[in-house]
Amino acid sequence: MAPAQGGIVLTPAEEKMFEGQPRGFPFGDFDLADVMLPEEDDMGIPSGSDDEQEEDLQTDSGFGNVLVVDNLPSVGPEKFDKLTAILTKIFSGSGRIREGGLFHPMDEEKKMSKGYAFVEYENAEQARAAQSALNGYQLDKVHKFAATLFDEADRLAKVSEDYVEPEERVYTPSENLMDWLSDKRGRDQFVLRYGDETEVCWNDAPRQTAESVYKRSFWTDTFVEWSPRGSALATVHRQGVALWGGKSYGRLMRISHQGVQRLLFSPCERYMLTFSEGPDNRGRPHFVAHIWEIRTGKRLRTFDGPHEEYAVGAVARPDGGMRWPAFRWGGGGVGGDKPVYLAHMKRNAISVYEAPEMAMLDKRSLKMEGVEDWDWAPGGDAVLCAYQTEQGNLPARVVLTRLPDREELRQKNLFSVAGIKMTWHPQGDYLAVQVDKWTKTKKSTHTNFELFSMREKDIPIDMLELPNKGEKIHQLAWEPRGHRFAILHGEGNRPAVSIYNMKDTKSSTPSHGVTLVHSMTGKACTSMHWSPAGRFLLLAGLEGGHNGTFEFWDVEEMTLLNAGEHFMAQEVAWDPTGRCVATILNAAAAMENGFQIWSFSGQPMYKTPHDRFFQLNWRPRPPSLLPEEKQREIVKNLRKYSKRYEEEDDALLAQADTEFLAEREKQLNEWRAWVESRKAYSEEREAFAREQLGERAAAHDRFQLQEVEVSVVVEVKEEPAKL
Amino acid sequence: MRPYVLQGHTRPLNHVLFNAEGDLLVTAGKDSNINLWWTDNGVRAGSFDGHNGVVWTVDMTYDSKMLLSAAGDSSARLWSMETGAELFKFQFNEPARASKFSVGEKLAAVSTDPFMNSKSAIRFFRIAEDPREQSGEEILQLTGPVGRITRVHWVDGNRTLLSSSEDGIVRRWDVETGKCVAQETLHKKQISDIQMSADGTHFITASIDSTAKLVDTQTFEVLKEYKSAAPINSAALSPIFDHVLIGGGQDAAAVTMTAAKAGYFEARFFHKVFCEEFANARGHFSPINSVAFSPDGTSFVTGAEEGNVRLHHFDADYFTTNWDRV
Repeated sequence: MAPAQGGIVLTPAEEKMFEGQPRGFPFGDFDLADVMLPEEDDMGIPSGSDDEQEEDLQTDSGFGNVLVVDNLPSVGPEKFDKLTAILTKIFSGSGRIREGGLFHPMDEEKKMSKGYAFVEYENAEQARAAQSALNGYQLDKVHKFAATLFDEADRLAKVSEDYVEPEERVYTPSENLMDWLSDKRGRDQFVLRYGDETEVCWNDAPRQTAESVYKRSFWTDTFVEWSPRGSALATVHRQGVALWGGKSYGRLMRISHQGVQRLLFSPCERYMLTFSEGPDNRGRPHFVAHIWEIRTGKRLRTFDGPHEEYAVGAVARPDGGMRWPAFRWGGGGVGGDKPVYLAHMKRNAISVYEAPEMAMLDKRSLKMEGVEDWDWAPGGDAVLCAYQTEQGNLPARVVLTRLPDREELRQKNLFSVAGIKMTWHPQGDYLAVQVDKWTKTKKSTHTNFELFSMREKDIPIDMLELPNKGEKIHQLAWEPRGHRFAILHGEGNRPAVSIYNMKDTKSSTPSHGVTLVHSMTGKACTSMHWSPAGRFLLLAGLEGGHNGTFEFWDVEEMTLLNAGEHFMAQEVAWDPTGRCVATILNAAAAMENGFQIWSFSGQPMYKTPHDRFFQLNWRPRPPSLLPEEKQREIVKNLRKYSKRYEEEDDALLAQADTEFLAEREKQLNEWRAWVESRKAYSEEREAFAREQLGERAAAHDRFQLQEVEVSVVVEVKEEPAKL
Repeated sequence: MRPYVLQGHTRPLNHVLFNAEGDLLVTAGKDSNINLWWTDNGVRAGSFDGHNGVVWTVDMTYDSKMLLSAAGDSSARLWSMETGAELFKFQFNEPARASKFSVGEKLAAVSTDPFMNSKSAIRFFRIAEDPREQSGEEILQLTGPVGRITRVHWVDGNRTLLSSSEDGIVRRWDVETGKCVAQETLHKKQISDIQMSADGTHFITASIDSTAKLVDTQTFEVLKEYKSAAPINSAALSPIFDHVLIGGGQDAAAVTMTAAKAGYFEARFFHKVFCEEFANARGHFSPINSVAFSPDGTSFVTGAEEGNVRLHHFDADYFTTNWDRV
C-alpha cells in the first residue's frame, strides 16, 4: 500500500493512472467552495451544459468529415472482407480515409452486411468532394451508391414525423419573354452601358432616335450579355450571374458563381456555362466552369482544375492559361429540339458531354491524335471540325465528325502545313479552311483555301488559291444566308477585297463551284462586316490611321451605296435583321464617346453621345418560325408586302406623332391653368407696384422710343465756284 | 440676328441688366468697371467709375435715374445714371455681392459675404428721395445661411425677401421680423442666379449642378427642370414667350480638356413648358456668366468669362413662329 497523501489512499491502479501528474494528484483535500466559480458569473467562460448552446454544437458535431454511403451490396461473411477491400479502394478515390475510418457494419443475427457504411475522411473538404463523387456511383447493375454527409443525414433524421402540408403556392404566370418581338413597328432593341447606367432602348431609326425602354444604375458589376435568342439579359456580378427579361425586366433567375468572369450560353438558350479563372492557393492557374440549366437554375456539372488538361493546342495561351472559349456548345438542331452537346479539347482527344445529364458521350472521348484546333458547325448540326497536326508519317488532316455516331463525314489530308484557320458559314452551310503551307525553302508560307460545301452530297471540297499565294490574308467572311464570301488580303494599309461565290443561283442550271465575283484593290479597310441578312457588306477602316471610315456595298449589284465616317470609331455592330448598323466609340478612347446608327445603305440615322460609353449590344432575335419556302416566297413578293407595311408604318408614325402632340398640348394646358391659378397674386403684385411707383409708373406707360433726326449747322462758308 | 459685341470690359462679366424701358443696358465685371450702353445701337453711353474691386451685381431704379452696385471692395454704391456721379457709398467690412431695390425703391437690400469673423448677411437700407440726405444706417440685418448669398429679390409687396445661396438653398425671409420663414434645397450645388418672371408668380434658378429650375414663388414648388451638360451660371425668362434662356459652360479650368464644341458656351433657348432646347446662339468662347431678356422681349444679352458682352436683337421670324408647335 503506498503512503497515503493528504489522507487519500490510492490503489496501485489509480497510481498508474495518474503517472507523471503532480504529487498529490488527484488533489483530494481542498475546499470545494474555493474553486467554485461565484454564482451568476461565468468569467466569460462558456459553460458546456447550457441547453441553448446545443443547437450550435450540433453543427460542430465533429462529424463534418463523415460520409454515410448507402445502397451497398448486402453480403455474407464469406464475401464481407472482399467487399470491404473494394469499398476502401473506391472510397479512397476522392480523399484520404482516416486510420480505421471505415465502419462497415455486419448484422450479427442475419449474418449479412447491413448495406451501408460510414467513412471518416481527413477533413470536411475531402468528405464533401467524396460526397459529390460517390453519390450516384454505379458499383454494378443494381447498386448505385447514395452518399450523404453525416451532418446532413443527421438533419434528415430529425425531420419531424408529422406531415406539415406545404403552403400552396399561387401560380403566377411568368411574363412573356418574347414580348419585344411583338412591337407593332418591328423595331429592334439594344442594350447600352455607359457611366454607371445600363439602358435598354428601341432603335427607332425612322424617327431618328433611341427610345428608352428600361434603365437602371449599377445593374451590373462588369458587363451585360443577351442570351442567343434574345429572351434574357444577363448581368454579371461578383457573386454570380442574374438573368432578366420580360416587359418589366424582372429577374428570371440568379446563378451563384463567386468571381464569375465569362458566360457562354448554349445556342438553344437552355444551358449556360459560367467561367472564372485565377491562380489557386499555390499560385498556379486554375479555373472553374459551372454548367447550369437556365430554366431551373440547377447546376448540372462543374469542371475545374489546373489548366494543363484543357489548355492544349490552339486553346493554350502563352502564359499557360486558356483562350476563351475553351468549352463550346454544339448541336441542338435548328429549332433547338436535338441533343445539345458541350465539348472541350484535351491532349489528343475531344471530350463531348451531352446536356442535361452532362455525362461524357459514350463514356469516352473522341480520339484525335495531335488535335490542334476544332470547332462545332453553327446552325444546330452536331458536326465538329477538327484539325490534327502531322503525326510521324501521318499527314496533317482536317476532319469533320458527326455526333453522336462519331461518323467521319469528310476528311482532307494536308502536307507541310504551317497553320490553319477554320471559318464556318454562319448557318453552317460552308466551311472555309485557310491553309498556310511552307514553301520548299521553308522560309515563307503560301496560302490556299479548302472550301467544304456542307449541304451538297458527299461534301465536295473546292480548292481556292489567290493570284498571289504569298499575300497576307486579313480576314475571310461568309455572307450570312448566302453563298458568297469576301476575303480581305494584301500588304500595306490599303488591302484588296475579293468577293467569291460558291453557287450560281442566278442561272437556270444552278452550278456549284467557287468563282470570283469581283475584286477591288486599295481599300481603306481593316475589317469586313456582312449584314446578317446577306447581300450588303460594310467595309470598315477602324484602326491603323483609317480613323473610322466606312463603305457600304451592295454585293448583288457590286455598287457602292454610300461612304461615311464616324471619327475614331472602334467597333461595328449590325442589328439582327440587317436594317441598321451601329458604329461605336467606346471608353477606350478619351473623347467623343457614343454611337452612330446607320441604315444598311449607309445613310447616317442618328448619333448619341454618352460619356464613358462601354457597350452596345443588339438584342438577338430567335430564328424565324416560317419554313424556308415561305421565307423565299416572301422575299420574292416583297414589293407586295412592303407596300402594305409601309402604309402601316406611316400610320403608326402619324399616330405616334399625334400622341406626342397631344402630350404637348396637355402640358401646355396644364401650364396655362397654373398661370391662371396665380392670377390673383400677379394682379395684387401689379397693383402694389403701381401704388408704390406712383407717377413713375405712369411715366413708364408713356415711354416710347422715338427716333429724332437733328441737323446742326456747324459752319457756313461761301466760296466762289471755280469753273 | 447679328449681335452687337460690346467690348467694354477687360475681365469676366458678372452681371448684365436692362433698365425698365429696355433702352439702356448696364454691365458689371471683374475689372471693377460698370458700363452703360444704348441698346438700339450698342454704343456706350458712359461708365460708373469708383469701385476698386470686382463688381458682382447692379440694380436700377424704375425711372432709370439711380444705379445700385455691390462690389468686392466691401462697398455698395449709389450712382446717378444721368451724370455717372457717385451719390453715396455704403461701406462694409466684408465684400458685397447681391443688391436689389425694393418695389418703389424706398428700401434696398445688399448681401455681404462671409469674411474673416463675419458671417454672410443681408443688410437693409432706407433710400432717401434726395440723395444728399442718404444715410448709411442699417435698418435691419438678416443672418443665418452658411456661405455666400448670391441673389436677393423682393416679393409679396415688399413684405418678403427671397435669397439664394452657395448651399443650393432658396430662403424666404420676413422683412419685418427678420426671420427665415421657409427654405427649400433646390440644387445640389451653388445657385448662381435667380430671375423673376414678368408677373412675379414664378422664378428661375441657375445652378452649377448643371440644372435650372422653374419655381413657384409662393410655395417653392419646382414646376419644371432644364438640364444642361455643363454648369449653368445664369437663366432668364422671356417676358413675352414661354422661353427660357440659359447661359453657362464648362468651368474655365476644364476647358482645355474638352473639344471646342463640348464646352457648351452657347446661349441656349429652352421651351419653358416642354423643357426642350430648341435653339442656341454661339459666339462666346468661354462660359457665359450672366444673361438677360430685355423687358419687351425683343432682345437678349449675354456676358461671358472672356470679357465680351453680346447683345442680340431677335429677327422678325422669332415673333411669327409658333414656338409651341416646333
